[in-house]
Amino acid sequence: MSDRMLTMAEAVREAMSIAFDERPEVFLLGEDVGIYGGAFGVSGDMYHRYGAERVLDTPIAELGIVGAAVGAALSGMRPIVEIQFSDFTAQAMDQIANQAAKIHFMLGGALHVPMVLRTPQGSGTGAAAQHSQNLEPWFASVPGLKVVVPSNPADAKGLLLSAIDDPNPVIFLEHKLLYKIPGRDPVPEGATRIPLGVSKVVREGKDLTIVATGIMVNKSWEVAEKLAAEGITITLIDPRTISPLDMGPVFESVEKTGRLMVVQEGPAHAGFINEVIAQMAGSSSFGSLIAPIKRLAGMNIPIPYAPQLEKAAVPQIDDIEAAAREIVKNWR
Amino acid sequence: MGHPLSSPEHARHALLYMWRIRKFEEAVEDLFGRGMMHGTMHLSIGQEASPTGMCMAMTLQDQITSTHRGHGHCIAKGADLTRMIAELLGKKIGYCGGRGGSMHIADVETGNLGANGVVGGGIPIAAGAALASKMMKRGTVAVSFFGDGAMNEGAFHEAANLAAIWQLPMILFCENNKYGMSSSTEKAFAIDNLADRGKGYGIPGVNVDGNDVVAVYEVAQAAVDRAKAGDGPTLIIAETYRWKGHSRSDKNLYRTKEEIEEWRTKDPIPKFIARVIEEGILTQEQCDEIQNEAIEAIKAAVNEAVKAESAEPSGLLDAVFKAVSA
Repeated sequence: MSDRMLTMAEAVREAMSIAFDERPEVFLLGEDVGIYGGAFGVSGDMYHRYGAERVLDTPIAELGIVGAAVGAALSGMRPIVEIQFSDFTAQAMDQIANQAAKIHFMLGGALHVPMVLRTPQGSGTGAAAQHSQNLEPWFASVPGLKVVVPSNPADAKGLLLSAIDDPNPVIFLEHKLLYKIPGRDPVPEGATRIPLGVSKVVREGKDLTIVATGIMVNKSWEVAEKLAAEGITITLIDPRTISPLDMGPVFESVEKTGRLMVVQEGPAHAGFINEVIAQMAGSSSFGSLIAPIKRLAGMNIPIPYAPQLEKAAVPQIDDIEAAAREIVKNWR
Repeated sequence: MGHPLSSPEHARHALLYMWRIRKFEEAVEDLFGRGMMHGTMHLSIGQEASPTGMCMAMTLQDQITSTHRGHGHCIAKGADLTRMIAELLGKKIGYCGGRGGSMHIADVETGNLGANGVVGGGIPIAAGAALASKMMKRGTVAVSFFGDGAMNEGAFHEAANLAAIWQLPMILFCENNKYGMSSSTEKAFAIDNLADRGKGYGIPGVNVDGNDVVAVYEVAQAAVDRAKAGDGPTLIIAETYRWKGHSRSDKNLYRTKEEIEEWRTKDPIPKFIARVIEEGILTQEQCDEIQNEAIEAIKAAVNEAVKAESAEPSGLLDAVFKAVSA
């Protein structure tokens, strides 16, 4: 067993490098992914290792970049597109939602789009409303896109390798605050893949089930650690892939704990995490609940700039802890 | 394929494909009129010379992206007429199994990456196909057909620039039929000559009579040669006109009867027939036979498609994603 502790940026780069080595048709394109090494340093030295033809710097033209990736994917290549901030996918949405997502279905299965679109999302960098969003529901609500939200370096590596293998368009949403933090678990060497569409039970407990996405998995972990010392144990589930969504472990866990809390950074209204609640409400496991489902999510506001305002806009560790204590204490 | 006047076989091909497109569109209009098709349709009657001339400069492996008004591109590139009609009729054997309809026919075998319901949507995709061709050293060209309306989309701008800076083997083929739905080019552009836009990207912009299949072929072949030699993209502006309305809801309120009549006198088909007879390449009788051949081909396609099995809703959920191979 390897004990390599990598950051998410390193793990993503390692996955891309493995895919580059495995398949000549894999290439990376995006703004400043070349000599600059990517706005968040994710492509790093890949330009020097693989050359300008496979690590392709583009002009600032998100629609054109994604469109070119779609066309290349239709023609035998396997592009990885980096969009510098997920907010800028708005510029490219025709190619993502109307083209990439629909081509396989709409054209009767004649063609498919093996493309991965990687993009950093999330708040916490003081970059304000146009550089800090969590846009999972935009993508998760479009049939034809697979959507991955990794919460740690080891998962990011394994999931990205599977995303690159996948014959369908995959949106890979990386939280930018995780880029520079080493994960809790070592990252395996080599081409270890993690299948898309399989939720991960991160830890098991008996008092409460928390389903969290992205960076909220990490925050919820801290809470679970702290409460475990007091005898409150939590099952923490990370869906990892939000489309398709694997609810099996959630149902199983709720049948044991009887309490469910869902946590996401994005705004509550019409957010992804509501899908977890809806599926729970319609399942036979619903009868196991002894408490109302608790939802913790971002406020329904654009992400503000000032640090104290920005923090207030999305769930923090203290918020998760307080909510977890409350649900366990109040519902017995 | 080659120059439409280079042999009787080439002339025959050009004429046959223009007739096939014309007769296909007339059949579609008829099927709609009789209530046998639903949805909408965008007919390209009057524009047949542009796709025919362009595709005669291409090989089967060369790729195209097409538009909502895409039946002509599809046919010119070699698509199967029965599967096209069947798609419009919502049949299982249709190109998309009834899931796409008129605006979404693609045909991998003939290098057709698909028509597109979004104006300009296919242009960046063609740039990507050209990028793949260049990266894989495939030696093919990618042609994006689009209308004058698409030239004001950001997608046109971004794709034209990418094609130019990367010197992609791509052709941006604009069928300037004078109207984006009801907006005339006079209203939608502040320049007189759309080909001037090429300068803004550092690529050649070429004008051609889009109703002259010979002229279209000649500029198309030059652009293909240029692209395949590694010299980059070309913007072609083919001046043409759609005789019919934008779609079935169009009442032609934005243009005059006189204008439509004037363009009907510039019909690309009789123009080409007169030329091939004058140059002694085909006889009138041969031209008539070619017309009949197209009529019969469309009739046979309609008959077969009408009889075909309807598409069923079962299996739709499994069609969203391509299965991941183990």
